[in-house]
Formats: sequence, structure tokens, C-alpha cells
Amino acid sequence: MLLIHCPYCGEARAELEFRAAGDAHIDRPANIAAISDEEFAEYFFLRDNPKGLIYERWRHIHGCGRFFNAVRDTVSDKFVMTYKAGQPKPDLSPAPGAAPALPADSRPVETYEATEGRAE
Amino acid sequence: MTGANRIAGAGRLTPAKTARFRFDGRGFTALAGDTVASALLANGIHLMGRSFKYHRPRGVVSAGPEEPNALINVSRDTARSQPNVRATVQEVFDGMTVGSQNRYPSLAFDLGGINDTLSPFFAAGFYYKTFMWPKQAWASIYEPRIREAAGLGVSPKEEDPDHYACRYAHCDVLVIGGGAAGLAAAKAAAATGATVILADEQPEVGGALHFDTGAEIDGQNGYAWAQATAASLKAMDNVTLLTRTTAFGYYAQNFVAMAERVTDHIDRPQANAPRERLWQVRAKRVVIATGSIERHMVFADNDRPGILLASAARTYLNHFGVTVGRKVGVYTAHDSAYEAAFDLKRAGVEIAAIVDSRLRPGDGLFEKARSLGIEVFTDHAVIATSGRLRVASMTVVPNGGGSKRKIAVDALITSSGWTPSVHMFSQSRGKVAYDAATGRFLPGHYVQDCVSVGTCNGTDDLQAILEEATAAGAKLAAEAGHAEGAAPVPAGRNAIAWTGGMAGAAYGAGPDDSVKAFVDFQNDVCAKDIRLAVREGMHSIEHIKRFTTNGMATDQGKLSNLHGLAIAAEALGRGIPEVGLTTFRAPYTPVTFGTLIGHARGDIFDPTRKTPMHAVEEANGAAFEDVGQWKRAWYYARPGEDMHAAVNRECRTVRTTAGYFNASTLGKIEVVGPDAAAFLNLIYTNSWDTLKPGRCRYGIMLREDGFVYDDGVVGRIAEDRFHVTTTTGGAPRVMHHMEDYLQTEFPHLNVWLTSTTEQWAVIAVQGPKAREIIAPLVEGADLSNEALPHMSVVEAKVCGVPARLFRVSFTGELGYEINVPADYGAAVWEAVAKAAEPFGACPYGTETMHVLRAEKGYIIVGQDTDGTLTPDDAGVAWAVGKKKPDFVGIRGLKRPDLVREGRKQLVGLLTKDPKEVLEEGAQIVADPNQPKPMIMLGHVTSSYWSENCGRSIAMAVVAGGRAKVGQTLYVPMPDRTIAVEVTDTVFFDKEGGRIHG
Ligand SMILES: [Zn+2]
Repeated sequence: MLLIHCPYCGEARAELEFRAAGDAHIDRPANIAAISDEEFAEYFFLRDNPKGLIYERWRHIHGCGRFFNAVRDTVSDKFVMTYKAGQPKPDLSPAPGAAPALPADSRPVETYEATEGRAE
Repeated sequence: MTGANRIAGAGRLTPAKTARFRFDGRGFTALAGDTVASALLANGIHLMGRSFKYHRPRGVVSAGPEEPNALINVSRDTARSQPNVRATVQEVFDGMTVGSQNRYPSLAFDLGGINDTLSPFFAAGFYYKTFMWPKQAWASIYEPRIREAAGLGVSPKEEDPDHYACRYAHCDVLVIGGGAAGLAAAKAAAATGATVILADEQPEVGGALHFDTGAEIDGQNGYAWAQATAASLKAMDNVTLLTRTTAFGYYAQNFVAMAERVTDHIDRPQANAPRERLWQVRAKRVVIATGSIERHMVFADNDRPGILLASAARTYLNHFGVTVGRKVGVYTAHDSAYEAAFDLKRAGVEIAAIVDSRLRPGDGLFEKARSLGIEVFTDHAVIATSGRLRVASMTVVPNGGGSKRKIAVDALITSSGWTPSVHMFSQSRGKVAYDAATGRFLPGHYVQDCVSVGTCNGTDDLQAILEEATAAGAKLAAEAGHAEGAAPVPAGRNAIAWTGGMAGAAYGAGPDDSVKAFVDFQNDVCAKDIRLAVREGMHSIEHIKRFTTNGMATDQGKLSNLHGLAIAAEALGRGIPEVGLTTFRAPYTPVTFGTLIGHARGDIFDPTRKTPMHAVEEANGAAFEDVGQWKRAWYYARPGEDMHAAVNRECRTVRTTAGYFNASTLGKIEVVGPDAAAFLNLIYTNSWDTLKPGRCRYGIMLREDGFVYDDGVVGRIAEDRFHVTTTTGGAPRVMHHMEDYLQTEFPHLNVWLTSTTEQWAVIAVQGPKAREIIAPLVEGADLSNEALPHMSVVEAKVCGVPARLFRVSFTGELGYEINVPADYGAAVWEAVAKAAEPFGACPYGTETMHVLRAEKGYIIVGQDTDGTLTPDDAGVAWAVGKKKPDFVGIRGLKRPDLVREGRKQLVGLLTKDPKEVLEEGAQIVADPNQPKPMIMLGHVTSSYWSENCGRSIAMAVVAGGRAKVGQTLYVPMPDRTIAVEVTDTVFFDKEGGRIHG
């Protein structure tokens, strides 16, 4: 079970207090009634499935009830950071040739593949 | 007499306390502290089981949790019976019954042993090859037969009467393993004031000090030091010391699961004591001090009863006071077996010979053996053994061949070295690294906040272990915020510094295909099977593992993995690190289902929600049905009535007189704030601006994709306050859905949402006499049609209790829904019942509610809709505001597929035979004689016998359904085809006059 830091409660709490709520930073179009079928499909149906960092919405449903955003690594499951809904998307992409600009308390991400025997 | 193989003066058990138990029907006496294995060995019994595939006789191999062979069934009574218990772990308690497994008809004579003779047919991968044809025979013949012949014990048929506990714990430092390393680390961490949990799987701490009587710490015997250290730790407030507790799973962020065996060793446990307890520990830092496990030698016929690990023989002697034989042979590639031989020899046991595959043992051991009168063959191999149910001899030759020598033995102890237990480290997702110098995998790269110490970290010398562990304990405590105080490093000394070790098959164990040199005892995997797997094209260790099943038994290959890897590497012509280890997975040792389930079984498997009127309903003879977690009154059968009769009577009574119904489970959300109407405009398809306070409206809620998500009546209590109702099952997700939009898409709206489902008890009174029934109970409200018409709400007092009184109907009759604070629900319900009685009105349940609403064609979201229906499909398009600029789902509704012709639409169905009641879920076709597979037009969503219509009625979704009204369609059933006519969805009071009273 993961520990997840709720940015509203200011505490790391057990995963079972939370519920995942899909990708973050996907705004409902202000003119939604007027958008094209393609734009609607892009907004509502299509999602990336990245290996690595993903920006997600979580809700502290059995706590304060607030929705917030999180950056999680889809390989290690580790939460890199959490922040309040409405705050801008943090840029965690590495500068060319540099390591990713992760928060100070984060640790390197290990892949399962790396810990297993070499598969052929 | 507790066994002829007890050695007087040896071991730590006291003869003062004994326990009696039965093994395969025979009575034995054990000493307190014995395991089943040690007690049987004391009586000269090595044969404890049969192997999985070949049914070969098998004896105990180890003295610990790594045991592959001695799996037993332990029972107190018929219900308390557990298979697959390791005899090396299970402590004897007085009165226990032990049975051997996997044998028929008896352990000594087993018919399944024929598999051994036929073993050429049971080569590696035989499951995949032998039984492939004919295909049908797999399920009907081969698999049942194989399962019967193999299998690992029999589970009890009765419900488990024991209970299991669960505890969450937090600590600064969790120490896994209570050997010398774990104790030293815990001591150092605890000295700083840090909170420490130390868990050890054995009944007492000590780990390897159980057998290693040559070890000294702080001037005393190592085992005595361990017990004294444990006692001093136990006395500290900041330390929790758990024995008989196995850390079996290491999860993200230092979350460690541990199983504590609370009563399995006690003859008469306290009635309220849990049998086992699951600990879920979140530790700031973890010390992994899990030690190492000795490996056996891989040679021909190395699986006979009486052949076991050298360290196990030492444990049985030095801890339990039991010798494993009277004439013991030794076959080794590692110094540890010498110490076992010396201990046995000094206890008066004859050592037939030490056979060492190496050119020479560690310094001084050869001479020491000589001085004790033990013959040593270096650079030799054991190439055969004899003895059917117990080893009788070993055949020794020089490595590479030469003259054979057969030596009589009654036990043979082996060691090929020690495998560090990196299971927990690997489960933490740490990456192991191969240490070529010592031929072992050791913790390499760490991912979590943990540190490995002791032999699991490759540290062998006792003093080095104590230094490393003490430093780790202090360091991790400091990292967890406790820097004060420093514990001195204990002074430790080994008797002998061990050297040696090998992995893989010894000389003589192949490549001859007929030699059975066992790598994995439990799954009957031999060295030749692994070579065969490589020959057949398996090149990845994960494939070899699955093809041979090496390491896939319940012991998870604690003895076999490294051997298997070495043999595979040799056959592949690659180095061990290039081939790589298979993945370690939880649990470290088997965990009972009871431990994992804990309290969550029976009545408390899932929470049960009961309405405030539940007890009254129960007293009135209600039958209940589960609706989500709710218990809802289903129908109220009177004496002599079955469900059918009761529902018919209830349905009749509501339409002729009145009935009252407990609607408390309806989801309720209070939507309050200056922007409440604006918010509902966005959440519902309807428009709310025009709804006046005191009036109600039926609302439809969509998902963004345009499909119906929920529905319900919404009452406007005030300009800024709405009483929203949802479906019973939909309440939590609707609340979540609303919060989601309010918090993240429409945060500019000033609205507050409160779930009030459990705050209001709701009594629906429905029927022509409804007004007359409730009138005497109501104060402060005019119930006339003019003042309180259909779809209105008023705040009033009912039975003197503040109430929200709705004039609404889910039956098509004149109806009211009385909402009172939940605490008054039962009292008001009883008052309504009393007022209803003179009219002949009756309570009705959910079944009648369903029939009555179906008679009116009112939909139930989730029954008549399934998440793929639009409001238009469901026949409620009138509820979608045509002029609204925005609402959730407005764009989704315009998707091409949602506006096309021929979508499934909700219609009514009337069977040609009015007595025929359709099955809900049944498929509908246009032509029943078309070839299969038929084109299915839709399915029946609701179907009932309607007493009020005098016939069956049904609703269905049918492609292009509304254009098919009047047509005949067909419902094919397994035994007949039912003709139906498509109709509209209103079956009773089509004009709808009754609702207005
Ligand atoms: Zn929170």
C-alpha cells in the first residue's frame, strides 16, 4: 500500500483513503457544445499511456474529500509529488543531458525489468 | 520415553514437560519445544511424506521454513485441520493429530510410486507434451487424474471456526530477523529511543545460533546472549519483539506484511485468542537480517529419507537434543558440514566418513577430523545411495572416476554452501548483484529505505556481522530522527571461519539421463530435467523455471534456485550472472487465507446498511433483499402467503386503497448556495432556473459521453437550497461525480454539497387513500391539490417532527413521501401504520414497488438502462433542456452514433399468452426461424406479473423499438419460443389521471 501526500491535509496518508480519478490537466472545453467530433474524442476518450511520469487526479475521498493532482511514475508506482487542483502542471522533463528535475526527496526509479533476469 | 534418538545432555529442551501427539494413527510423546520433525526424528522416523510427481518416499531435509519435503496435515478437530504445514516449523502441542500427505494407501506403501518406475514418461514439460491429445481428454480425464494423484494435502470441508486478527503498526526501525545481526541492530536502534519492531519467524530468537554452539558473543554462548538480549529488548517501552512472526511481503514505501502465529503451538488456546495475526507495518527504516539458507548437494538418489542438510542435523542435535542417525555419512563442498560432523561425533554418534568434493577443506579441519577419528575423503563424490524408505549406504568414488566404495550409513548430511536470503531485499525491488568470489547473489542497488546486514548481506564473520548490524541500527535510527545514545558493539567469535561452496550438480550427477539427482525436492525436478529444458530450446531462466517447475513449489525454491541456475548456466555455456535469477515474490513462506482475510468474513465481510425502520419491518415479517450494502424490505408475507401472493396483494392494495413503503435508502444530496441552481443546470439535462421553491422536478443526469448516469426527483426547498434524490445504488458515485465537477471544472460556483442519505428516513404513502391516511399526522401544511399538487414539497411537522413532505409518486397513484430525521423514522413509520390500518392499507416492499412503477413505465436507471442509453433511448428526451447552452453530456449527446437511426429504444412488451412472464435478460429476435447465430434486436430489462393488469408486463430495449410498436417479435428460450407484441411502456392508467388524486 502506497502512502500519498494530500496537499490539502498536508499529510501522507494510506492509499486506501484515496481514489484515482484519471488524467490531470485535461480541461473541459469552455465551448464544449460547439467542438467537433474529433475534438470531443480527443478531450473525452483518448489518453496517453506513458511509461514513466504521469499526471493524474486523485481524490482524498475518505479524508478531506478534495481532488488534487499528482505526478506518479507508472513503472515504480512511486508518487513523485502532489499539488492542489488548479495549480499549473509542473515541468519535470530533464534539461538536455541532465537528470530529471525531481524534488529533493525523490529517489531513483528502478524498473522491474532491471531487477529481473534478462528476458529473451 | 520421548525417542531412542535423544542424546542425554544434548539440546535445550527439558524432559520435565512433555506433549502427546499422533502421527498417522500412532501415538508419540514429544518434549515441550519440539517441532513435529524433531519429535519424529527422536523416534527414528525420517519418512514424512511422498513427493509430488514420482511419489518417492521423502524424509525431512531441513530444520526450518525452507523445508520442501516434510509437509504434514495438522489438526485439532475436523474443522481445525490444515494441510501443507511444514513439520520443521510446526511445534508439537498436546493432543495434536498429524497426518502425512500425498500417499495412498500408506506412507510406507504407496501405489502412486508407480509414477517413479514410469518416470521416463514424466520428464520435464510432460504436462505440456504428453497430454495434448485428444484435446477434450485434458479436462475430462488427464487433469482430474493428475490432480488426484499429485496434490498437496486436502483442505478441510468445514468452515474454519478460528478467528484471525489484523493490526497496523508504525515504527522508526523494523528489524526482520532475530539472529545475531537482527538483535544487534535492534539493540543499537532501540538505544537511541527509536521505536523498534523486531520480528522473527521462530519461537525464540537466535537464528543460526540455534545450531551454532561454537559461536560466542560478549563472553557467553551465542544462543544465551541472544535470549538475554531479547529479554532486555522486551523490557524496553520503545521495542515490540514478535516471535513466531514471519515477514512475508515487502511492499512500496517500507510497507511490510507479517504473519504472527498466535495459538498454533498451544494445546488449549484461550477461546478469544486469534489463531493468527496479520501485521501491516509502515517503517521509516527497515533492517533486513534474514540470514542465509544451506543448500544440499545435487547427486544421484540424493532424496532418500535420512539424507538432510548438515545444519539441520546440527539444529536437531544442539537445540532439540536429537541425533538424525547412529552412523552418519557426510557429503559436502563447504566447511559447515565439518562442524556438524564434529558436534555429532562428540555427542557419541559414529561418523561413517566425510566425503568432500573439494581438494581440501578449510584450514585445520582435515586434521581436526583425523584427531576425532573421522575418515575424510577429499576430491571425492557420492555417486549413489541405497535404501528404500531410509538411506542405507552411500557409494563413494574419486572425482572423475575410480574404484567405488560402498559405505553403510543410516543418515547422510550434506552441504554445498549457503544461499543468502535476499527474498525480502528483492521484494523491496532492490537489485541483487552476483559476487563471483563467493558464488552468491548479494544485495546490490537499494530502492527503498532499508539496509541488509549479516549473512543475507554476505557478511560471514560473527564480529563483522555484529559491527555491521550495530552500525546499521544506529544509522537508521538517526535517519528516523533519533541520534542520541550509542550502543557498544558486542564482541563475537566464530569457532571456525567457513570456506567453500558450490552450486549445481556434483560429479556423477549427469549428464547421464537416467540419474535422478534432485535439485527441487518438492516438485521432483532433477539436474537432467534442467538440461533437457535447455536442449529443448529454453534459454531464459524464467522459461526454464516454468518448463521444469523448478522453484515453483510452496517452498519457492529456497534450496533449489541457485542449483537450478548453475546447471542451466552450464548447459547454456554462459556465466551465472548472465543467466540471471528468477524473480522473488511474496509471500516468503505460505500464508493462510485466514490471516489475509482477518475479520472480513461472514456478516462483516462487507458493511451492512440498515434503515431506521429495519427492526420494525423485521417484526412485521418482512423478507429482505440486498440492494448494494442495504437491506431492503422485499415483501411482507402474511401467514399462508408465498412471495407471489404477498406481492399480488400488496400491488392490489396500493391501487385500491393505499400502501406505505420504506424509501429511506434513496440517495439524498443537499445542494446549497447562491449558485445552486446554476450548478444543477450544469449537472442535469433539465433546466432548474424556472423551478419555483416548493416545487419538484424529475431530473436526468448524464456522463460527458451522453449516456444516462442517474435520475431522481429534485425538490427546491428555497431559492438557494435543493433536496436532490438519487438512485439507491447510485448515491455515492453521484456525490463523487458532483464533487468532481464542482471542485475541478466549475470551482467558480458558490455551492456546497452534503450527502444526507442517512439523515432522512423516508416513508412513501401511495394510493387513493394516501391523503386521508397522513392528514391527521401532518401539522402546518395544506394537503389539498391546490396547495400541494403533484411534484411539490413543503416543510411541515409530521407526528410533531420537523419534516419535508413531498407530493411525489413512483406508483402513478396519489402519493406522498414523508422525510423525517432518521432518529424518528421508526416512530413515524409506526404512526403511519396505525393511521393506515382502518383503511385496510398495508406496507409494501421493493418487489411491489418495482411492479407498480413498471405498470406505469417508470424506468429504473441501472435496470432498464445499462450505461449505453441516451435519454431519448430511454424515452425521457422531454427532460433534456433544448435551449440550455451547456450541461454535462451536451456534446456527447450529439455524437454520430448517439443520433443515428435504429438505436435500441425502451419499449413495452406484451406476451401473446398473458400468463407468460418473460425472463429478464432474455434476447429478442424478429424471426425465430432464422439460422443461428440469430440477429438479436435487444433484451428484456424488466418483467413482472401485474395483478392490476391481470397479465404479465415487460419492458425491453429493442433496436428501432418505437417504430416497431404493434409488431410481433420473438423471445427464443431453451425449450420454446415466446411471441410478444411491442407496445408503449405505460400499462396501467394510460391517461395518468390517478396521480393527481
Ligand atoms: Zn486530504
